[in-house]
Amino acid sequence: MDPILILLLAMLGFMLIGSLIAIETRDLLSSVICVGAVGFGTSLVFLLLGAPDLAITQVVVEILVLVVLVRVVITRRDETHATSRSTLPVGVVLLALGVMAAVVFGALAGGPEEGALRLRPFGDPLMSAEVPAAQLAPAGRPDLAPAGTCSASVGGAFLEQGLAQSEASRGTGAANYVMGVLLDYRAYDTLGEATVIFVAVIGAYAVLRKVGRSRHAGNESDR
Amino acid sequence: MTLQMVPYMLTFLLLVAGLYAIVAKRNLVKVIVGILILDYAANLLLVLTGYRTPPAGQAPVAPILTGGAAQAQELAATAVDPIPQALVLTSIVIGLSVAALVVALAVRLYEKYGTFDTELMRNLKG
Repeated sequence: MDPILILLLAMLGFMLIGSLIAIETRDLLSSVICVGAVGFGTSLVFLLLGAPDLAITQVVVEILVLVVLVRVVITRRDETHATSRSTLPVGVVLLALGVMAAVVFGALAGGPEEGALRLRPFGDPLMSAEVPAAQLAPAGRPDLAPAGTCSASVGGAFLEQGLAQSEASRGTGAANYVMGVLLDYRAYDTLGEATVIFVAVIGAYAVLRKVGRSRHAGNESDR
Repeated sequence: MTLQMVPYMLTFLLLVAGLYAIVAKRNLVKVIVGILILDYAANLLLVLTGYRTPPAGQAPVAPILTGGAAQAQELAATAVDPIPQALVLTSIVIGLSVAALVVALAVRLYEKYGTFDTELMRNLKG
């Protein structure tokens, strides 16, 4: 058996146990620290799957989230959760979620052999499937199709041609292909991502600011 | 069910655990924890679909050229899929923004009601 698969399964089991402890423990601080463990486990799994950029980003994000959450939880006493029960009966929720997960997973993993939604076995991405290159020709112009076969996924085509900078290939020339996608092909997406971050920061500031609330000082229920 | 599907299955379980916390927990901190776990699981599922088993005895190959242009052909045959990684990189950062906003809302609610328990926030009951 593949040692990477064994390591991956061990890490996923660790994350699953960590998340269950985080969800079920009574102490909020323990809960937050357990979710931090799950986040760092995610980072290790990314490293294991050949995604160092993701692992670095995940560590940074995890540290930020952990610091903020610990700061929020550690100064606020909230003992009510120790005695409170769940909003909905746990059995009903678990049954509904279990049925949902089984149906979705069954549809993804057990679909038709050539279905568009089919989840391919782990380690065999869509990228490594080959299709006749004629399928990629523009509509009505089969004469423009390249000869032979090509990768079924855009990822494969990008790995083959991403480095070359010629008129025909439209490669980026970036040695790191992930960053090539992120900062070249999908540059507008990255700009939108920066916009989302700043909107979230402005939103958090607007929710938490102290200035401006005094205008409603007469209305106690609004405070 | 082959062994090749087990990583997907475990990630699905992680996703369901996050959903469970969001749906069934009364405490806002637990709900935030559920959102974070859901976020990790969804990202992980996407990256798992792009994994390619490396040649026997080697580590997984990241889609990064380390040996110059001469290595490009070899990389195209062995590296993992860069597209899910590029999309998930965006998704991780957006998850951070969402978490920051939700934490801010929870802190504000605590200021107003003195508790994280949604059942005790009478004015919020729908």
